[in-house]
Amino acid sequence: MTPREIAVVALLAGGVFFAIVAVVGLVRLPDLYTRAHSTSKSETLGAVLTLAAVTIAFDGGLSTVKTALLLLFMFITNPTAAHAIVRAAAEQGIDPWTEDAEGGEQ
Amino acid sequence: MTFVEDVLLTAAAVFVLTSLVGVFRIVRGPTMPDRVIAVNVVGSNVVIVIALLAAAIGEPGALDIALVYALLNFLLSIAISKFTVERGGVL
Repeated sequence: MTPREIAVVALLAGGVFFAIVAVVGLVRLPDLYTRAHSTSKSETLGAVLTLAAVTIAFDGGLSTVKTALLLLFMFITNPTAAHAIVRAAAEQGIDPWTEDAEGGEQ
Repeated sequence: MTFVEDVLLTAAAVFVLTSLVGVFRIVRGPTMPDRVIAVNVVGSNVVIVIALLAAAIGEPGALDIALVYALLNFLLSIAISKFTVERGGVL
């Protein structure tokens, strides 16, 4: 294994791990705001790590530049989109999940 | 088929599987913003899968498709969030 292959495999393992974490949070967490938190952070990190692996897998040239620009674009726009959706939801009057609403004590 | 290509294809398969799990939230999301967030996640996964396949099968032209798809994915989220609050005031 060359150092380049080791770097690709390590970055891909990290990216896949964080993508799985994001989807588990998307399915299991209780309300919109916690789901948006899970996806906007974990999914962005997973995307950035995976695209970094693809950047290394391409051996130089225009493809590497394109993938790096795609990485930068997703790093900026993914949290921005999640923020816009959550802000729209808050202005629509969707309440966040609390212990009381779940029927707990108090 | 070298080792790196195998690993890239495996990662693409895992991303497709996580997208299929995310479809659960699109179908069953209680509110509309839940569905938009899930659609956004699936779209990001599609962009990543296209990039992984471009590297795995040696087709760099597919990266252009991934760039346009990422742009449309962002535009969808912004448009829906503006449209639901201001009733199309941004348009």
